[in-house]
Amino acid sequence: MSEAGSAPTLDGRGQPLWLVAELTYRCPLRCSWCSNPLDLDAYDSELSTDEWKRVLAEARSLGALQLGFTGGEPCLRKDLEELVAEADRLGYYTNLITSGVALTEERLVRLKAAGLRQIQLSIQARDPALGDELVGARVGEHKIAIARAIKAAGYPMVLNVPVSRRNVDRIEPLLALAEELGVEFVELANLQYYGWALANRDELLPTRAQVEAAEAVVRAARARLGRHMTIYFVVPDYYEQRPKACMNGWGAVHLTVAPDGTALPCQAARVIRGLELPNVRRHPLEWIWRSSPAFQAFRGDLWMKEPCRSCDERDKDFGGCRCQAMLLTGDPTNADPVCAKSPHRHVIDDAIASAQRPRGRLLMRARAAGR
Amino acid sequence: MIRLDDVVRKSPAYLFRWEPSQDAHVLLYPEGIVKLNATAAEILSRCTGQRVADIVAQLAEEFAVEAVDAIRADVLQFLEDARERGWIRTDA
Repeated sequence: MSEAGSAPTLDGRGQPLWLVAELTYRCPLRCSWCSNPLDLDAYDSELSTDEWKRVLAEARSLGALQLGFTGGEPCLRKDLEELVAEADRLGYYTNLITSGVALTEERLVRLKAAGLRQIQLSIQARDPALGDELVGARVGEHKIAIARAIKAAGYPMVLNVPVSRRNVDRIEPLLALAEELGVEFVELANLQYYGWALANRDELLPTRAQVEAAEAVVRAARARLGRHMTIYFVVPDYYEQRPKACMNGWGAVHLTVAPDGTALPCQAARVIRGLELPNVRRHPLEWIWRSSPAFQAFRGDLWMKEPCRSCDERDKDFGGCRCQAMLLTGDPTNADPVCAKSPHRHVIDDAIASAQRPRGRLLMRARAAGR
Repeated sequence: MIRLDDVVRKSPAYLFRWEPSQDAHVLLYPEGIVKLNATAAEILSRCTGQRVADIVAQLAEEFAVEAVDAIRADVLQFLEDARERGWIRTDA
């Protein structure tokens, strides 16, 4: 999940401030970096409207403030307006995280009336043909048209650009488009390598030189635009010396509910073997958040091994990402291998070396069967 | 710098409201939350298209402060910072 600029500036005091509602894994796009699980068809039993309303109310009573409707493509849910209205009534700040493909001008007006506060639209390229190629569908023109419609409808807007080797050199025209549209926030989110993106890593990871060139483009744009537009640039963590403070700590402020009701401390948490993930259909959210073994698993620092356990930065980055440690070292209690102190750092360096020789074969995301 | 005759209002991308679970005012915006202290909330609640000088006068009166110079400096400093962060906008 891209997290740029989203580090909370207040301590959650043990509350799940951030609720991510993955309404469906259905999606007409086939992005080769999709963060959804690889076995999409195993999640075809979606929560009903009433079940979602119960989840929203329970999370709000636990202190949740920010709510992201995402997917898959959340606009494929016909009850999106009803869920937005209920969330607004409960006091959430409602965010819609969308590819824009199922949005129309009429629907934007209805969602606004229902209380939707802001829209995060993903866009891959200013050139529609390149955009189409990257997402495996002819939607590039529509995305740009719907970006205009979102601003015309009066929404604050985040333009989210998933950045890979295939578009990292084309950031400048996108920033010009954002400026022309009057977008408030641009999030240039280098991919994080989980799920489909991990399967395609050799083809997607940019080179260090590409990342540095993109950073220079961003610096120049920031200098030109000042406070009119906020540009977040998330560097790929593979090129860092220290891991990201993933999720601000496990079970600290983030709670994700998947289409089938599975509750997750982060959207990638299914990869951790042995983790018994609770489901909102069987347990109250309060028990899930406070007491379930999955949410307790990596809270605090008692689970840590060396080099994390005695590290003076452990309260800053929490040892990095548990899912990345699992995926790349086979043990979720290891330090995130991105860390230069990790004995497994070589797996990251090997991955960077391997990505210098892409073979041009991409595995595009499968289509979910749906309900 | 912010001046006393600037007109200040909250940016439309930011939602300012009381949040009982935090026992504080908060600013909510795309993917972000800011918890405000009481002073910041008093100032921001008045950023409704008023002149900065009027906000200073109101605060001095409401809190019965005689050292208006000190309040003025604090308000200007806070508003400058708030504008840098994008929370408020100024019209001439």
